[in-house]
Amino acid sequence: MTSRPGGGEAARPRFLAEHFESLEAQLETSTTGIWLFIASEVLFFGALFTAYGVWRANHHQLFHYAQHFLDWRLGALNTLVLITSSLSAAWSVRCAQLGRKSGLTATLGLTLALAGVFLVVKYFEYSHKLHNGLTWGASFHPSPEVLLSLPEAIRALPVPEHLGTFFTLYYLMTGLHGIHVLVGMGLFLWLIRRARRGDFGPGYYGPVDAVALYWHLVDTIWIFLFPLFYLV
Amino acid sequence: MTDSAAHASVQAASGHAAPGPHALPVRVLLGTALALFALTAVTVAISRADLGAWNAVAALGIAAAKASLVALFFMHLKYQGRFKAVVFVASVVFAVLLVAFVVFDTTQYQADVRAAARAGAARR
Repeated sequence: MTSRPGGGEAARPRFLAEHFESLEAQLETSTTGIWLFIASEVLFFGALFTAYGVWRANHHQLFHYAQHFLDWRLGALNTLVLITSSLSAAWSVRCAQLGRKSGLTATLGLTLALAGVFLVVKYFEYSHKLHNGLTWGASFHPSPEVLLSLPEAIRALPVPEHLGTFFTLYYLMTGLHGIHVLVGMGLFLWLIRRARRGDFGPGYYGPVDAVALYWHLVDTIWIFLFPLFYLV
Repeated sequence: MTDSAAHASVQAASGHAAPGPHALPVRVLLGTALALFALTAVTVAISRADLGAWNAVAALGIAAAKASLVALFFMHLKYQGRFKAVVFVASVVFAVLLVAFVVFDTTQYQADVRAAARAGAARR
């Protein structure tokens, strides 16, 4: 299988890059690269979770109050949507490894559709908040209706100062996560095109594996965002 | 990682043991998803009860358990070479260290900050 550049041996697999000995070596290298990227993403979101931790540690009454502006049912729904999409993404890797082309296209399509559902739910959440003045930082001016919608016990409390800081964090963290979802949708579209062309199979499934790993990371980040913003 | 898993990953990497790559069984895929659904229900149920500071501990503990399930099975870290686990676990450890030390540090000064604010208010 050792072919030199310009050697032109017919046996060389189509998607084996010139600088790799074998498809196994190529897959091993690309998977390691994706894990290094995932590590950098963990550290990137780690910095945002640090900001969350500092603000929460210093203003926990504010967080306790502000959390009631979020609807935990929508957060829980989106958690279930993302877990199902992760299952479907993991299944697509299995289909690619076993060379099941129609199953691969179907699971990739399902993952893409569920990512879309996640963003539609997020759109309804964001637009409800923006219409009711639940915005970031100093621009935070809640409408009287949204204050009336709070639970009785919370309404009895004085409205804490700087509630906008909670929403700064909320929009920053869920927004960056949402951008990751958008990027994932683009990647799944690309995979579906290639899968329909018949590019993937037991010998070559690295791109499906890599995108699925990225997608599981996006799911994992939401697993932390959901309880931190909607529940506690 | 257990010896058998390490062995399996070596086999998967060299590609000699089984024909084709190591595909996750349907049983493992569905089992992981079911466990994740169940843990989501548990974390919502616990948040409805008022446990004081333990609410946050329970929520983070369950989230960490869910993340571990995703990493081990969906991301097949359990069946991969050791190096990927080292990279991933190291990044998580350092992220947790960052959060923990910064939060410990910021809470150290709270009494001073509040006292200074009260003194400032009294002077005005």
